[in-house]
Amino acid sequence: MITTTGLTKVYRSRGREVTALDGVDLHVREGEVYGVIGQSGAGKSSLIRCVNLLERPTAGTVTVAGQDLTALAGRGQRAGKELRQARSRIGMVFQHFNLLSTRTVRDNVELPLEILGKSGKERSRKALELLDLVGLADQAGAYPAQLSGGQKQRVGIARALAGDPKVLLSDEATSALDPETTRSILQLLRDLNRQLGLTVLLITHEMDVVKSICDSAALMENGRIVESGTVSELLATPGSELASALFPVGGTATGEDRTVVDVTFQGDAATQPVISQLSRTYNIDISILGAAIDTVGGLQVGRMRIELPGRYEDNVVPVGFLREQGLQIDVVGEQQLVKEGAK
Amino acid sequence: MTWSEMQPLLEQACWDTLYMVGWSTLIAVVGGLPLGVLLVLTDRGGLLQNVVANKVIGQVVNVARSMPFIILMVALMGFTRSITGTTIGREAAIVPLAIGAIPFFARLVETAVREVDGGLVEAVQSMGGNTWTIVGKVLVPEALPSLIASTTTTIVALIGYSAMAGTVGAGGLGDIAIRYGYQRFETQLMWITVAILAVVISLIQFAGDFTARSLHRRGGRSGPAPKLRLLKASTADTKTV
Repeated sequence: MITTTGLTKVYRSRGREVTALDGVDLHVREGEVYGVIGQSGAGKSSLIRCVNLLERPTAGTVTVAGQDLTALAGRGQRAGKELRQARSRIGMVFQHFNLLSTRTVRDNVELPLEILGKSGKERSRKALELLDLVGLADQAGAYPAQLSGGQKQRVGIARALAGDPKVLLSDEATSALDPETTRSILQLLRDLNRQLGLTVLLITHEMDVVKSICDSAALMENGRIVESGTVSELLATPGSELASALFPVGGTATGEDRTVVDVTFQGDAATQPVISQLSRTYNIDISILGAAIDTVGGLQVGRMRIELPGRYEDNVVPVGFLREQGLQIDVVGEQQLVKEGAK
Repeated sequence: MTWSEMQPLLEQACWDTLYMVGWSTLIAVVGGLPLGVLLVLTDRGGLLQNVVANKVIGQVVNVARSMPFIILMVALMGFTRSITGTTIGREAAIVPLAIGAIPFFARLVETAVREVDGGLVEAVQSMGGNTWTIVGKVLVPEALPSLIASTTTTIVALIGYSAMAGTVGAGGLGDIAIRYGYQRFETQLMWITVAILAVVISLIQFAGDFTARSLHRRGGRSGPAPKLRLLKASTADTKTV
């Protein structure tokens, strides 16, 4: 639904160059919620603004719903008619809501419809319908200043949906909200994604956002995408930074001659009594350093950090047994051992 | 001078002042609003970024602003004659008044429009709005309270300028104060005109502040007080000499 290839953005000001995006390849499938996470300054904002060409990319292409937007952009700073039409089919919500303070809630939602040239009757029908969808039908006559942050963002979402978009871009939509309101806004986005088949691309710096609604995620650092994939792919990737951030387990080894192993269960594997099987089969004592079960991107996932006596070399067979059970095994510090072995 | 002698003079003077200030304000708003918006749009990073145009407009505005009104009036005599057919009288005074007020108002518009949150512009761009839509539906409506305050400031400044219009036989309250009060030692009449001017200016300021504030209240709590105070302070620097 959204594809970027080699997207590059370089800001030039007074002879200095800052590379905000450095060859970003992003692929968002139709109907999914895709989260891009990263520290501030990682290039997330530039990325999402390049998707609807609020920022002109220095190089690379952006394709939304099969349409190459970079080809529509033209040369000048001003957006041509075709690009503007394409933009009206992409909804966008903002961190600071960006509602017009001089218009009522309803008139704010009508604004994109005015731009689309809809008649007055059609506008008010659609606006009320959308306000109903986001649960604000009773506030249609209020001014934005009279609403709470969460309500303002609901108006922002209703406004973004006015042009019947297939794609919704969310620029830190929950970052200015408290945790409770964040949850309700995320739930709303999730519902809209399901009900309307809306493809959502969101950027955030909060791992919880990715955890609670994203089907796929990407980690951005210094203008590049470091890791990306569906949440279950990421969790199944050994050594994935995103996976361990999404689902951290704690605990450190109790002594020198110990092997620490992270075991990740997904789906059916979660029901197998693997730890007691392991213990009985190899007659070893296993201590559990940390464990948790959580829902990540709608998947039930369990993760456990266990400690086996002896060095890694002594535990090759039990670790192999765990792998045979279809579990994902990350031996903590294994990569270092492998490197040393290579010497 | 008795009151019965003064009354018709004062009445005529009030009408002359209102006539000149009214028309010149109208022309200043019509001319200054687009100019001020253009100053913002053509600026670096603006929607119609055009550094050359911005520099040219900015320079013209600066030169016109820095010219003392009485000199502007004399300098524009040829132009005034080509428009009104004369350089004497109320109509003739409106031309330099309006031309003096256009750049003044344009600068105030520029400041007001610059204060509109850039996020709103971005939001409308993301909906597919063009530059016209952004100006008409975002920049002007969102800056409206400040624009009203700017208009008030301009009217007050124009009343000041209009006192000098007496020198081209345009009449008005300032003219009365000079001709009778200064040249004929009619101190009483002079103080009456001063009082009338004070009352008129207070009323205009009050009406302007009230309108701006009530628009703001509708728009909510986004701090009306600092902006208005800023504009009132700038009233003091207007050249009323």
